[in-house]
Amino acid sequence: MHAIVCIKQVPDTTEVRINPETNTLIREGVASIINPFDTYAIEEGLRLKERFGGKVTVLSMGPPQAREALKEAVAMGADEAILLTDKAFAGSDTWATAYTLSWAIRHLTPFDIILCGKQAIDGDTGQVGPGIARQLQIPQLTYVSRVLEIDPESAHIRVERLLEEGREIVDCSLPALLTVVKDINQPRYPTFMGIRRATRMEIPVWDSQALPEANPEYLGLRGSPTQVVRIFHPPARSGQATLLTGDTPAQLAAQLADRLLADKVI
Amino acid sequence: MSGLIVLAERCTACGSCLGVCPFGALSLEGDTVVVGDQCNLCGACVDACPSEALRVERPEATAEPDQATYRGVWVWVEQFQGRACTISWEMMGQGRRLADELGVALTACVLGHDVGHIAREAITYGAERVFLVDDPTLAVYRTDPYAAVLVHLVREHRPEIFLLGASARGRDLAGAVATDLHTGLTADCTGLDIDPETRLLRQTRPAFGGNIMATIICPKHRPQMATVRHRVFEVPPADESRSGQIVHVPAIMPEERIACRVADFVLESGQVNLADARIIVTGGRGVGGPEGFEPIRELAEVLGGAVGASRAAVDAGWIPYAHQVGQTGRTVKPDLYIACGVSGAIQHLAGMQTSKVIVAINKDPEAPIFNVATYGIVGDLFQIVPALTAEFRRRLAR
Repeated sequence: MHAIVCIKQVPDTTEVRINPETNTLIREGVASIINPFDTYAIEEGLRLKERFGGKVTVLSMGPPQAREALKEAVAMGADEAILLTDKAFAGSDTWATAYTLSWAIRHLTPFDIILCGKQAIDGDTGQVGPGIARQLQIPQLTYVSRVLEIDPESAHIRVERLLEEGREIVDCSLPALLTVVKDINQPRYPTFMGIRRATRMEIPVWDSQALPEANPEYLGLRGSPTQVVRIFHPPARSGQATLLTGDTPAQLAAQLADRLLADKVI
Repeated sequence: MSGLIVLAERCTACGSCLGVCPFGALSLEGDTVVVGDQCNLCGACVDACPSEALRVERPEATAEPDQATYRGVWVWVEQFQGRACTISWEMMGQGRRLADELGVALTACVLGHDVGHIAREAITYGAERVFLVDDPTLAVYRTDPYAAVLVHLVREHRPEIFLLGASARGRDLAGAVATDLHTGLTADCTGLDIDPETRLLRQTRPAFGGNIMATIICPKHRPQMATVRHRVFEVPPADESRSGQIVHVPAIMPEERIACRVADFVLESGQVNLADARIIVTGGRGVGGPEGFEPIRELAEVLGGAVGASRAAVDAGWIPYAHQVGQTGRTVKPDLYIACGVSGAIQHLAGMQTSKVIVAINKDPEAPIFNVATYGIVGDLFQIVPALTAEFRRRLAR
């Protein structure tokens, strides 16, 4: 069983604070972390390896410091890690990112499964997973909350997907690409041995030269169909809450009911 | 040379750009700004620079010469078990507006089995033309057969704009279709408008958990594709007098070529469907345990709403993840959001702060949830919430 896990290093947005005067992000001292959804993907890959043997390869595209995210994945138990970094990749939108990752993955064949988080918490798009699947022409199973059955021998997988109206049970052939939600597992902590291995490990770095088949026109900013033309801060939600006061819970409840009925939201 | 260029002779090292960079990529070295590897070329700093010392140089992409031959606005009409999802009609309203601004036709794409009634409904919501693909292989949504039909239709008919809902299925499908068509896709848009000079679709969306907004264009590829967040736009009134053309299109992927089979669907009870809920009552760390959600559920039931939960409550194992609101859960925008014992961590606010009316009930008057609330009650939720339930039961006679 060869599982490839695609991860992204992101700023820890739960640590981000807003400067109330300028309404801008305070980035100082904000750590970079593995995108939380990707940690579930790593964990799922490790569980598959424990069940079936084989290996877990983690792959990330990003600036050189994304190496730290890969080392953390190795410390959790991933066997191999590859960093895709090159000025030529900078400014990639989701199309160019999926294109680049898919060329890297073609160098890692054969594989049984590709695992991604359902989306990254900085961009929140959820588009790169499906993008990779389509580039590689393998089926995609998004928003997976449980792997119910998997058999590498018969190349079959049954998963549960978390959708708005409920849970869908799907059978599919392997290889396939899964994007996973938080419900799927509880990621493990890095082990002492894992940290030691990660510290000593030289993470291979692939630049655009390592992907000679990729069309240079399709990489980075040049290969990105979308362009960001403006970034702005949303207006803060207006003002202070109207604090309701009363002597008893019943009085407070009556006041709130009056207001909500007047606002026509009930 | 492409990238973020610092014009050193103009830079005054004032530092205005450092704080606005969402990626923390800028630093001051001596009397100029230095760009780090984290730079994503988003351009936030360019607007912030008072001395016009920053510029994003973009390489000339090879333009598709036939861009101008792409005409019209399309909407994918999502359906579930034979009923159209409301997000589809929200998009029809937007699609109609954009089509009118551009002076082009609006087309709806209805895929499913025995869904002719949805095609007719699409016309009442503003479609001039409906592509109806009615086939047993499309009865339940699956990526491959749905994407195959849409890719085929786009290649043949060349729309300039294609909108899909930012639901689980919509995002799954849009990501696949845009990849195959090699075109740009903007996720989860909350604003769509046309640049009158260029006819380009300006797509505005939140990023960083709603802390910043980005406007995105797709200048050289067609169609311009976007998924649209639910409950941001109004459902337009249906007009039975409208007329339109229904074009029957065959499915193009036979069952034996489809890799996936949907074996079962477990419907969640009404209190879990956060996406469509007009009212959500949420419990946070303050509910104290699984049994603490009982009064929350009772209030939600009386109001006909769904039950939400903060990450703290979900991580503690008090309630399943499907209820989680916030950045790592669901983003919601109900008419009324009642947060009970929720402190209001930034990642929670990211998922609910665009709700129309927010009520915060919390013991701690300093809790950040009060900063986004419309109404606040400082007090014990175990007293306030049951009182609210009783009050609404009486007034709503439920």
